[in-house]
Amino acid sequence: MTVRVLFFGVLAERMGRRSETREVADGTTLETLWKGIVAGHPALAGAPPPAFARNAVFTAPGVALRDGDEVAFLPPVGGG
Amino acid sequence: MFRIQSGPLNLDEVVAAVAGPEEGGTAVFLGTVREGNAGRRVLWLEYEAYPEMAEKAMALIGEEIRSRFGPATRVAMIHRVGRVEIGEAAVIVAAATPHRDEAFAACRMAIERLKGEVPIWKKEVFEGGEIWVDNCAHEVRGRGDLHETPLRNEHPGAEPPLDPPGGNRAP
Repeated sequence: MTVRVLFFGVLAERMGRRSETREVADGTTLETLWKGIVAGHPALAGAPPPAFARNAVFTAPGVALRDGDEVAFLPPVGGG
Repeated sequence: MFRIQSGPLNLDEVVAAVAGPEEGGTAVFLGTVREGNAGRRVLWLEYEAYPEMAEKAMALIGEEIRSRFGPATRVAMIHRVGRVEIGEAAVIVAAATPHRDEAFAACRMAIERLKGEVPIWKKEVFEGGEIWVDNCAHEVRGRGDLHETPLRNEHPGAEPPLDPPGGNRAP
């Protein structure tokens, strides 16, 4: 299935991009998606685990993705 | 009014958004860019946001504040993204209620919750480098090695933000 992945803040800077489209296996969770991305990107090594959002809503790491989801990895927030 | 925008923020617009016949007190907070932070000389700040999620989060906070302080409570929040210069406002929060006690409390609650929960990020560009600063007092260098430095809490007397409903955040 296909998901759209968004990066923000320091994560976007380290990834060198703000978004990408990924093919993932059925049953992939937010957490396993994140771990897969970290494994493929040495620039993220040592990054603290971000908060996860699925379709613009905070979501627990163990939730499974669905085709067409928009996933976001959110570093600790710094607004205001 | 719960909005992420680029370009300068307009105070009059935010005040007008919470005005109403039942509201006798309006409290407004502006967060402006300081020149000094943690011993660094700040040149400017850069903010980014997940706009759809941030606006939803701000609206939800506004609604929860209204539930807490009564139906005549009106809240507005606008936050800027992009480059913000020293002295410029990055955020404006306004709360209006029938009487002033609730207005001050509602405004305070709104900014504390925004800082704790809303998906907005801040990078400080300072003399000598740049660094991502979050509201949990971690700092992460944007260039070079990932590094976290615990800081003193900038507001030792502040009420801690409420947990986001059903949310999870990085520690």
